[in-house]
Amino acid sequence: MSRARDIADLAGSADAGGLTGRNLIINGALSIFQRGTSFTSQTGVAYHADRFETQAYNVGTSDYKAEQSTEAPDGFYNSLKYSCTTADTSQDADNQFYIQQQIEAQNIYHLKFYEANPDSVTISFYVRSNTTGSYGMNLKLSDNNSSDGNVGTRVYPTTFTISSADTWEKITKTITLDSSTSETRPTGNNFGMALVIWLAAGSNRQGATANAWADNANTTTAVDAGDFLGSTSNNFHLTGVQLEVGSTATPFEHEDFGTTLRKCQRYYNRLGFMRHQFYSSSLNSANPDLVHSVTFTPMRDNPTANPYTDAAYSSSGSTTTSSTTLTLGAISISSLNALMQRSTSGAGVVKAQYYLELVSEL
Amino acid sequence: MEITSAQYIKFDGEEATTIKATIDGKISFVPMSNGNMHYAEIMRQVKAGTLTIADAD
Repeated sequence: MSRARDIADLAGSADAGGLTGRNLIINGALSIFQRGTSFTSQTGVAYHADRFETQAYNVGTSDYKAEQSTEAPDGFYNSLKYSCTTADTSQDADNQFYIQQQIEAQNIYHLKFYEANPDSVTISFYVRSNTTGSYGMNLKLSDNNSSDGNVGTRVYPTTFTISSADTWEKITKTITLDSSTSETRPTGNNFGMALVIWLAAGSNRQGATANAWADNANTTTAVDAGDFLGSTSNNFHLTGVQLEVGSTATPFEHEDFGTTLRKCQRYYNRLGFMRHQFYSSSLNSANPDLVHSVTFTPMRDNPTANPYTDAAYSSSGSTTTSSTTLTLGAISISSLNALMQRSTSGAGVVKAQYYLELVSEL
Repeated sequence: MEITSAQYIKFDGEEATTIKATIDGKISFVPMSNGNMHYAEIMRQVKAGTLTIADAD
């Protein structure tokens, strides 16, 4: 790309709202994987890379692996890799297997839609797969805070093509937002917009009219997205995902790791807690004195708190998880109360330790 | 999302603001907040008659 082209692209981006902060996708470089870096035996809705959800329904006996890969195009270090680990060649008619990122409504306040002369947005990303051909891609817009799967949510099905097997390709697609004036803009921390990339769709999940806005009705794609889970040879890599205002795909907006991590922690966070206290007598269920408040970086909404290791109790140098119960309550966007109980007594300096994952995804 | 149990949690005797649920095999503490995806799913299943939330102990 020439310097003149670079400058023209940057100028266009500035006109569209600024040189930085223009990517509405969080973790587009697939660098943040707080939950782990390799996953198997996944069903339904699952998160692997932060902010990217995988929806796998009616997959029969098939299975897939999702992982953070270092296979990446020039200028990137990571990608999100999917591979089929157990094939089921009898694809269910209702099979759906797609990647999605939902965006908060308040993060798209600056976009014009549901009015005459709406804005255009441009989606760009890098893909690599063993399987060439057409793939489905949807853009969704909430109608009056409808959830992403609600029948009233507006959907723009479109397609993209992978031309060469096992080769990184950059995909770009410009979409004019919905000009229908019958809908109501979403607000606040609710679902606002989503980008969807399909890897498989059964026959009942195909047939949507391409390149036109319509009500969601049933989740569908505009093309037979194939059957990713039909062969253990199949793999799919994704990185460099960007969604920006305007009709030009500008260079990917790289940001420092800490900035991306903090953005992700608005939706998912993993924390460890430890509390020491001196007891002259006993700590047990009748004397549940290990009550304390925990604070954390404010999240999108009051998060679900999952203890992901057993709460451990330590006394006189001996640590155990037996007879120990952790109860959590009064959960707000930035704090919760924890109550540690033990059914057998302990004394001296005792220690409660546990780990939580806090989930506030859309 | 498979939810196999749900029970209101009262913390320090206060009014319940949390539900302890088993979601996809894991124990979760779900705030009673309309913007929380797990609470929304719990209430959807309660409305559909497929899930009952037990009283607090």
